[in-house]
Amino acid sequence: MSIGIKVLERPIAQTSYVRATLKGMALTLKHLLDPDKVTIQYPEQKWPLSPRWRGTHRMLTTEDGKAKCVACGLCPTVCPSNCIKLVPGEDENGNRYPLVFEIDEFRCIFCGYCQEVCPEEAIHVGRHYENSEYSREGFVYDLERLMSQTHPVCEMWDPADPKGE
Amino acid sequence: MITALLQAAQISTSANGLEHLPPPASGGFWFLMTVIKMLVIFTIYMVGVMMVIWAERRICAFIQDRRGPNRVGPHGLLQSVADGVKNIMKEETYPGQAYLPLFILAPVMSFMPALITWAVLPYAAPWDSKWGTIDMALAPLPIGFIYILAIASLGVYGIVLAGWSSNNKYALLGGLRSSAQMISYEISMGMSIIPVLILAGNVSLSRIVSQQAGWGLHWNVINCTIAFIVFIVAAFAETNRVPFDLPEAESELIAGYHAEYSAMKFSMFFIAEYANVMTASALMSTLFFGGWDIPFTLWDNAAPHTLLKTLLTFGFFWVKILFFVFVFIWVRWTLPRFRYDQLMALGWKIMLPIALAYIVVVAAATLALENFGIHPASWQFAVAMLVINLVLAALLFGVLDRGRLISPAYSRLDRRDLAKLRSARVERVHYEPAPGVTHGGAD
Repeated sequence: MSIGIKVLERPIAQTSYVRATLKGMALTLKHLLDPDKVTIQYPEQKWPLSPRWRGTHRMLTTEDGKAKCVACGLCPTVCPSNCIKLVPGEDENGNRYPLVFEIDEFRCIFCGYCQEVCPEEAIHVGRHYENSEYSREGFVYDLERLMSQTHPVCEMWDPADPKGE
Repeated sequence: MITALLQAAQISTSANGLEHLPPPASGGFWFLMTVIKMLVIFTIYMVGVMMVIWAERRICAFIQDRRGPNRVGPHGLLQSVADGVKNIMKEETYPGQAYLPLFILAPVMSFMPALITWAVLPYAAPWDSKWGTIDMALAPLPIGFIYILAIASLGVYGIVLAGWSSNNKYALLGGLRSSAQMISYEISMGMSIIPVLILAGNVSLSRIVSQQAGWGLHWNVINCTIAFIVFIVAAFAETNRVPFDLPEAESELIAGYHAEYSAMKFSMFFIAEYANVMTASALMSTLFFGGWDIPFTLWDNAAPHTLLKTLLTFGFFWVKILFFVFVFIWVRWTLPRFRYDQLMALGWKIMLPIALAYIVVVAAATLALENFGIHPASWQFAVAMLVINLVLAALLFGVLDRGRLISPAYSRLDRRDLAKLRSARVERVHYEPAPGVTHGGAD
């Protein structure tokens, strides 16, 4: 029994170097003149972030400017990377509030569990990614810094029904 | 010796068709003008090199649908200045085993030939000033063309010395490749210009330019098209640009001959590459595209050689140069690199025979046409040469380019081998799968 050996007889168009060169140069010229560029000019233009983007944290506040946090302790409990430090306090009316609330953004893995578990809609992960600091310590965000952030927050669920009811 | 040179100079001035001009300027004015010309050409050339680097980066970005450097200055024009400042500030590193004198000399050696070629190029119409005629070339040598060939062959030294003195095997390989490549292509480059010399009847560059002057019909690209094609390919090889950038072939040789160079010394090689590109473009415009001649008008070659004419022709010369620089960049970002055997086969088996045969063709055609009473300066001559060239180009590209110009990777089979292969009978080997291995699917 025999097997056939296939020898490719290539068409002239494939073995002609000059033709291939001219074709390639026409293609590059077309791209050269094409005004449609793929570059996003970063500091001026930004790629739109997904509404579910999980970035730098933000603490929401009430109308009178206090943190919504009631220091229940759920977020440090659920946090898988153990980056939230919470020391609860209590005022004269018996309302709990955080004495210390710090998030180490270096340790954080941005899983968003803290936002998911928070009963008061206080701590959120934000739609934000431009973090830079001159020192490692700068990445430990305290309560004041978390409250002063203004970027939009992650929409992990339908904003029309925030409590999921 | 000196009298012979002077005689040659006189012959070339009387032959270049500018006898009606007043005598050349002499004394202090000549000296002043020479200094001014040197300053102007050097400045324009160096700034031009910077702009060409910027243009290359922008054009390659556009070809790849990017934007390229657009932050430093308007449209990124000052990018090269910023890079230059950065490279001067950087630390120079010297490999411990390098041979330092040559290691330091090599960047200079690769940069200088490109620069001093400009000394003999006529870049504008002569200026007929009150104090005498100023020839618009820094040194209007009567043997300008031979000077260019001599200088062009110096270019390989910088690269070979860089490769050798670095004491790095990749750099050495790059240097070796470059010496083989540049020497091979220099021959076809020199041969491709001989038809031009046949038509001009002289090796003086100003004579070559004035022979092409006119409506643009006598440009050598029409008279010697095939020579131009050979020359442009050889020029690509001489400047070590893609598709002939084997000396630096980064996928095989890291960075080739300049692998060990850092900071401003590396930058010198970079500048030298673009300086070579500009010089090659200038040579192409001088030898084949009429030099400073403005096409479709006789006005620029006519008698009153005013300063305006000089400046306009100078501008037009630069338009031609920039066009060829664009072609260099365009080709670089289109073509892949040659394989080494393809490079050698193209140089020795294709380009050199074509260039040699073309010398015969042009010489025979010139002789025949002159026998019929058609002088090289007449329009009939240009038309006749154009017809001959079109036929030859059709033959070259239509017949030769059938997988023969460049041997492809699979290479053509000999007919006998093909027949042998087709008639081969192969016994099927009995195949027993190993125990435990099961075939999936249709098996």
